[in-house]
Amino acid sequence: MILRINGKEEPVEGPLSLAALVKARQLCPEKIVVEHNLRIVSRGDWPQVTLGDKDTIEIVSFVGGGGPWKTC
Amino acid sequence: MLGGRSIKNRLLIGTGKFANYPIMKQALEAADADIVTVALRRVDAGSKTDNILDFIPKKCVLMMNTSGARNADEAVRIARLAKASGAGSWIKIEVIQDNKYLLPDNLETLKAVEILVKEGFIALPYMSPDLSMARRMADAGAAAVMPLGSPIGSNRGVKTRELVQILVHEIKIPVIVDAGLGSPADACECMEMGCAAVLVNTAIAIARDPVAMARAFKDAVAAGRTAYLAGIASSGSEAAASSPLTGFLRDETHSIS
Repeated sequence: MILRINGKEEPVEGPLSLAALVKARQLCPEKIVVEHNLRIVSRGDWPQVTLGDKDTIEIVSFVGGGGPWKTC
Repeated sequence: MLGGRSIKNRLLIGTGKFANYPIMKQALEAADADIVTVALRRVDAGSKTDNILDFIPKKCVLMMNTSGARNADEAVRIARLAKASGAGSWIKIEVIQDNKYLLPDNLETLKAVEILVKEGFIALPYMSPDLSMARRMADAGAAAVMPLGSPIGSNRGVKTRELVQILVHEIKIPVIVDAGLGSPADACECMEMGCAAVLVNTAIAIARDPVAMARAFKDAVAAGRTAYLAGIASSGSEAAASSPLTGFLRDETHSIS
């Protein structure tokens, strides 16, 4: 399936939960916030969210700020 | 008082552009900062960057900024993400469509203020200093307005001085000059004008010695505030003697003129 992650389309093997995606991308769960199809998903709910084809995911964290963010 | 909290230090500091987080931390400590702004960014796979929050003194109030938002909806989205991340509910609303001057879109910013205040955020909109817009933002429940001094990162000082002064006179909520302040003198100038606070980032972050510059800005802000409270004397085009001019060495009858 194709996921749109942080504005980029990426082919991903499914089925996949949000928790599994975060793990596969080697991200530290404590430092990030995840939005799935424009809805913020709290960390505890990641395992229950199954991702589907064409889903949109935003993964963000804190940085010094700051100037404009470079959009894709 | 700002957002229901008593804030001692009127120098707010932005955390972008520092060479590294340890230097940023020292600068925040040197300035004794009470409020610091941070931003949210997309995280790429496998990124192992340090967590900026580990380098911000615990006593600081975090003010998330919505930089990157191009309209009200995006600003609201970023604000909600920021809150979900546990950063609290202080939000600097920054909506920018112009990439050359990074000037704010006041109308979209106002829309975001209206939505976010209803959701319980402490909203501080970054704005172009326009009286009508500032009034609307205040009416919408903004905790302060943050007019720009000059374009972000330009270090050109308070080019909007006349307009900011009008806001200071007319707006009931705090006026915080944000952006473009290049030197401690600029910050001092804002405080002498009666602004409640200033927000500085670039001028500190890219100074040769950011820690010393943070201290200089802190002192300048304090000096400007004290001067404002003391009542700045009016200026005139002619001299006004500061010592008695009684001509005691002269006899009026022999005066030269």
